[in-house]
Amino acid sequence: MRATEPSEKTVRYTAAFFDNEHDLMAIAAEARLRGFEIQDVFSPYPIHGMDRAVGLERSRLGWIAFAAGALGLISAILLQVWTSAYDWPLNVGGKPFNSFPLFVPVMFELTVLFSGLISIGVLFMMNRLWIFSKKKIFEGVTDDHFVLVLKQRDASFDAEKAARLFKKYRAIKVMEGDKFV
Amino acid sequence: MATALKDIEFQNAEEEIRLQGEIERVTAHPVYSPLREPLIDESKSCSDVTNDICGLLERPPLRGWWILFSISVVLLALGMIAAVNTVTFGIGTWGLNKTIGWAFGITNFVFWIGIGHAGTFISAILYLFGQKWRTSINRSAEAMTLIAVMCAGVFPILHMGRPWLFYWIMPYPNTRGSLWVNFRSPLLWDFFAISTYFTISLVFWYLGLVPDLATARDRAKSKWRRIFYTILSLGWNGGNRTWSRYETVYGVLAALATPLVLSVHSIVSFDFATSLVPGWHSTIFPPYFVAGAVFSGFAMVTTLLIPVRKVMHLEGYITIQHLDNMCKITLLTGSIVGLSYLTELFIGFYSGNPNEIFVILNRMGGPYAWAYWIMFSCNAIFPQLFWFKAFRTKIPLILGLCILVNVGMWFERFVIIVTSLHRDYLPSSWAIFIPTLTDLGLLVGSFGLFFTAFLLFLRLFPVISMNEVKGVLHYARD
Repeated sequence: MRATEPSEKTVRYTAAFFDNEHDLMAIAAEARLRGFEIQDVFSPYPIHGMDRAVGLERSRLGWIAFAAGALGLISAILLQVWTSAYDWPLNVGGKPFNSFPLFVPVMFELTVLFSGLISIGVLFMMNRLWIFSKKKIFEGVTDDHFVLVLKQRDASFDAEKAARLFKKYRAIKVMEGDKFV
Repeated sequence: MATALKDIEFQNAEEEIRLQGEIERVTAHPVYSPLREPLIDESKSCSDVTNDICGLLERPPLRGWWILFSISVVLLALGMIAAVNTVTFGIGTWGLNKTIGWAFGITNFVFWIGIGHAGTFISAILYLFGQKWRTSINRSAEAMTLIAVMCAGVFPILHMGRPWLFYWIMPYPNTRGSLWVNFRSPLLWDFFAISTYFTISLVFWYLGLVPDLATARDRAKSKWRRIFYTILSLGWNGGNRTWSRYETVYGVLAALATPLVLSVHSIVSFDFATSLVPGWHSTIFPPYFVAGAVFSGFAMVTTLLIPVRKVMHLEGYITIQHLDNMCKITLLTGSIVGLSYLTELFIGFYSGNPNEIFVILNRMGGPYAWAYWIMFSCNAIFPQLFWFKAFRTKIPLILGLCILVNVGMWFERFVIIVTSLHRDYLPSSWAIFIPTLTDLGLLVGSFGLFFTAFLLFLRLFPVISMNEVKGVLHYARD
């Protein structure tokens, strides 16, 4: 399901535009079940259930966030115990050098900080979101259009069948393009 | 359906029926009850939302905006003068004395941090609870959070006396040993809590903004506007793969930010609670502070949004129902604050500790009794009027009560800090705090910074989260 494989950049595509989310979701599901290869669907807002309709498996980003949080927690423990009890122990008000309960607030904060920053960083990387991004942007998709993009990988792409499908779901516009970046 | 099927004709009939069943199964979506009240003005379509919200950015600012902006900049300039005065001549320019080492600076700090709690409460906690009405107000509330935390950050940094060395509170390897920071101090926890809170709130806010910045980018006519939004929107194209991961990360950030909101003001309250000063040394402080923070934050969001929705014609998005809901949360948290005041009194007397009892009597009847009663009436008594529907739906009444809450919550911090310090165990060192012009200048300047930054936000970024509002347009329609 990766959109970034180099060979795919030369694959032609067909894009169909719709004016509501229900048609888009239904056609996405039907097109997939009828054997079309879906490049991606585009919408102005996240559509709940679309992952299931296009057959996208659940994102594993949650685990990355968990691992990043664990990393933050371990870093906070090591940082505090090492600096306070080993590198330069200082007697502050007679408290033990390793005042573990007093290290809990910073442990919590660094867990949250690592988890949040790393998961958003991974999100930006996986989706190649960055300031010089040159992605294809379909007209109106950030406003009120809903777009389905089918790959025409080889001769098995049945343009006529696709056209009937688009008609069934009242596509407002259909366009073809050369390569999908 | 039958005619449509004939158009497409495929394998055999059985296969076709199975396929239809499968399509219906994967595209099933929850049906909201048509009996629900719609969240947004019912006549709005997706493109109306885009036009309404982006249109606000594309038109030149109104005269009212310029007037407010000029006033804010003047206030900010006064604050800058006070800050320069503080840095040049030192903390002696403040009204502090040997007895009262914390007063306006820390009051303002805690006040602004508290204001900063509403944004993340709305965007994270209400998100996890599935409160869809939050979509109209979360963007501006989050922006308010970021600005309030910036305003708050100014005060401890100035209070350090040598603000150019503020980075010494970071644990970094240095040439002094390395001499590390003291991880047992709540003041250091504050640094970690607030910087984490600011960072996470910033990325949370920005993540929510990216799709809307893309909308602004795709409409931009002028070159500079397009460059600005193109850079900030990171090539967002609305693809489902992106949306899918975006939603996951948004959920993760909401789950992280929820305990974070609660931790920040808890840690701020540790600054007081871990000391041995009567009136501060109390286990009730963390929940009391958190409730107070959400209370003041909601009052501030409401105070800001009422003029914004009026001037920018957003009544269709921020409806009376939204204001009603916000008033209810203000009422709930205000009641928790009122209960905390009463608990504090009860525990003070119940402790039998003469110092505790003295502090309480001194707060209620001492030289700062006026501040205590302003605090008590504005926070514990007046917000109880929100029980009446009229007070939750009539704009001038809401605005009046919310401003009272803002005043009351500022005085709450002043009362907690100054009345506990000014008469300590040693009567010979009792003193009175009188703010200097520099103190007042910094207070006024922090409001200047707050409003200047908020007005700039209104001009530069979509004030309502368009992508989330579009997602709830059908809430009560189909």
